[in-house]
Amino acid sequence: MSATSDLKNPRQDLVPGKQPGPLGSAATYLAGQLRQIGLFIALLVIVIFFQIATNGITLRPINVSNLVIQNSYILILAIGMVMIIIAGHIDLSVGSVVAFIGAMSGVMITQWGLPWWVAIILCLILGALVGAWQGFWVAYFGIPAFIVTLAGMLAFRGAAQIALQNQQISPFPSQFRALGSGFLPAFGTSGYEPLTLIIGAVAAIAIVLSGFRGRAVRRKYELEDEPFAWFIVKMAFTVALVVYVAFLLASYSGTPIVLVVLGALVVIYASVMRNSVFGRHTYAIGGNLQAASLSGVKTKRVTFLLFVNMGVISALAGLVFTGQLNLASPSAGTGFELDAIAAVFIGGAAVTGGIGTVPGAIVGGLIIGILNNGMSILGVGTEYQSLIKGLVLLAAVAFDVFNKRRAASSIK
Amino acid sequence: MSNTILEMRDITKTFPGVKALQDVTLEVERGQVHAICGENGAGKSTLMKVLSGVYPASTFDGQILLDGQPVEFKNINDSEAAGVVIIHQELALSPFLSIAENIFLGNERSKRGFINWNDTNLEAAKLLARVGLRDNPVTKIVDIGVGKQQLVEIAKALSKKVKILILDEPTAALNDDDSAHLLDLIKSLQSQGITSIIISHKLNEIKAIADKVTIIRDGKTIETLDMHADEVSEDRIIKAMVGRDLESRYPEHESTIGEELLRIEDWTVHHPLDASREIVHQANLSVKAGEIVGIAGLMGAGRTELAMSVFGHSYGTRISGTVYKRGVPIQTNTVSNAIKNGLAYATEDRKRYGLNLIDDIKRNVSGAALGKLEHLGFVDASKETTVAEGYRKSMNIKAPNVSVLTGKLSGGNQQKVVLSKWMYSDPEVLILDEPTRGIDVGAKYEIYTIINALADQGKGVIVISSELPELLGICDRIYTLSEGRITADVPRDQATPEYLLKYMTQEREAPVNERDI
Repeated sequence: MSATSDLKNPRQDLVPGKQPGPLGSAATYLAGQLRQIGLFIALLVIVIFFQIATNGITLRPINVSNLVIQNSYILILAIGMVMIIIAGHIDLSVGSVVAFIGAMSGVMITQWGLPWWVAIILCLILGALVGAWQGFWVAYFGIPAFIVTLAGMLAFRGAAQIALQNQQISPFPSQFRALGSGFLPAFGTSGYEPLTLIIGAVAAIAIVLSGFRGRAVRRKYELEDEPFAWFIVKMAFTVALVVYVAFLLASYSGTPIVLVVLGALVVIYASVMRNSVFGRHTYAIGGNLQAASLSGVKTKRVTFLLFVNMGVISALAGLVFTGQLNLASPSAGTGFELDAIAAVFIGGAAVTGGIGTVPGAIVGGLIIGILNNGMSILGVGTEYQSLIKGLVLLAAVAFDVFNKRRAASSIK
Repeated sequence: MSNTILEMRDITKTFPGVKALQDVTLEVERGQVHAICGENGAGKSTLMKVLSGVYPASTFDGQILLDGQPVEFKNINDSEAAGVVIIHQELALSPFLSIAENIFLGNERSKRGFINWNDTNLEAAKLLARVGLRDNPVTKIVDIGVGKQQLVEIAKALSKKVKILILDEPTAALNDDDSAHLLDLIKSLQSQGITSIIISHKLNEIKAIADKVTIIRDGKTIETLDMHADEVSEDRIIKAMVGRDLESRYPEHESTIGEELLRIEDWTVHHPLDASREIVHQANLSVKAGEIVGIAGLMGAGRTELAMSVFGHSYGTRISGTVYKRGVPIQTNTVSNAIKNGLAYATEDRKRYGLNLIDDIKRNVSGAALGKLEHLGFVDASKETTVAEGYRKSMNIKAPNVSVLTGKLSGGNQQKVVLSKWMYSDPEVLILDEPTRGIDVGAKYEIYTIINALADQGKGVIVISSELPELLGICDRIYTLSEGRITADVPRDQATPEYLLKYMTQEREAPVNERDI
């Protein structure tokens, strides 16, 4: 394109976000990151508040361990949900799917006598089929996801009840239960459990390395606008958090298996959404469906696969939850969809699609989890818990809207 | 009473980091049509938002005098109560409500909270008569065309006892007929004592109806010209707008034309919702390597429909016909097949169909050819940045870096992002639908230069445009399209506006005699 470089009319018009002075840049940058920073500060404030209010129970090793285990299925669901919401859809059926898969796992293991690992594989496949069913209606038939998954919410709840004949199934084999409530095998006999510390150290090193690598790449292309001091603060904070949690867990029973599963899911899906072609297509569909379709994105296939993925993730959450309770119940998972959706929106996703991140959804889920946990310790009644969670969700989204309006007025 | 109905004094409006308006002064005389001219981003729309209360009086400096009295509008209701009504470029009508309901939206004819339908429809009919619209007031907005919708907006303004009517790019989405009708209407409103302020890119329209024109550049008033007193040429206005002489609006270009790249034969398309309606009928057209081919047609002739149906069957049903590339039939039934076969289509509506406005430049540029950056399912982000950075420089996209959201760019720069996206997909034939719509004069010239460069690389370029001078300025050959039929194939040296218009308006009843062409 040499011909375009010697245009006759070089124009110097208003460039948005023109370079501010060196002093202003840090403040401008932080103002731009207000949402992210706000999210972490909110998490921190809530933790500190409960730590004080509960006289230190919140951050006791046993409670942190429980917190991870008891919120794992909501966090798992939030990962699938944020992808669906980024694409501009919604899934109301996940709670019922959790119940349905839990029921089927019970039927497979106790009535059909299948080995636990076969049941797990079959349940994940069944989850994919459930997702494919809903994805078909949304993607290829063109029915809004709200309707399809509302139908799914009713239908799969019914399916769970039918499968269990309105009874509960219990108990489950110990290997199956380990998925929900087990720990990695422990080394050492007293003090801090070494494997957990090693995992924590590896995670911390990985975070630091990837942070510096990303920064180096962005600097190379002159895209970096994050002040170095802020970068260091962020890194130090993250590493301190990881190491601290590792020590807490190590001084109790070690690393919960479900935390390893969750960690793997977060790393995989965060990178899929950020860097993979599939992730890009998801953001493109949510940002502007027509533009994506006219750019050759197979929008129907991507939507279909997103629902298949949500089905598998719901199945996994169903297995974890069933294992944890050691019980398959027709009323399992009631309201999970709302917790997962709330986590996604607290985590900064946009209702209109195109915006949201996996880590954001996780932090959103943690905020809900810690609220639940802290209020339970304090003996706050469920009616007040629900009230407070509702207000937190509203406040988070109100903060978003306020932020956006502020940003919009600074553009033009 | 003095003859000045409106005076804006020393208006200064700052947004964080940007001074959008600086000491702008505007004086409008009673009963005149006053045009405001300027490049995109010059501050025209901001000025009108200041005037109409979109930006409350406390958010800018300066004074507004209406009939000599200082006024302070806190919101749009205030300004409308004072008789200042703005009609935005993007029409603000509710599609599933009737014409009458829209006219009285927010201002309902009602008694004790219940709508008086007879009064509503009767009054609406009277207002429609004033704007020359003969449709039934109970017709829904979705069922009338854009041209008529514009008239409904004006009827709505009349219902508010408008004294000063502000029209922001009123003809941008209209065809020539509707535009002419609208301009006539503005004239007739003028004779009823209504003052109009019209923002327009189209200089011929300004010449046709404006009494005065104020030119704004970089947030400042440059000058106000009296269209009757001075000898004001279009070039004179352009010079003031861009602050320099524009030697020519179209770059010099000599095409080197090679072999035939693409041929479309017997292309017939039916309406997606009404499969019995033919939108494109047995169209034949071709483009050669290095050639720039124009498609001229009035709005509704089926230009965009033709292009989009070829590009991955993105429009229409019951599509028939064959597409040949270098004489070999190819499949273009999905967008990805069309792209694979070397086609690219840059849409006329970049905000709706062209860009993901909430994502950044680099991800928009790579959007149509992610496969080129893919490695095991993942995108090579640093290569992507390099590619986008390359286009930012070569296409002269004005942004500090490629991480800027495309929603923050001006129209011209957005269009350059769209073009970059399609250039990166390595097409052999590009279909550019209204490539310069809503773009200011300087950026248009850059777009033309890019089109020429593409042709020089041996690509075939098809340009669809409503502006005949543009087609005449850049094309080697022009097809005319009327009611879904190709009515003529005109080489550059034979093409004149009159000649093209004759075939663009040729009706179906009079079939074309091929030998006449």
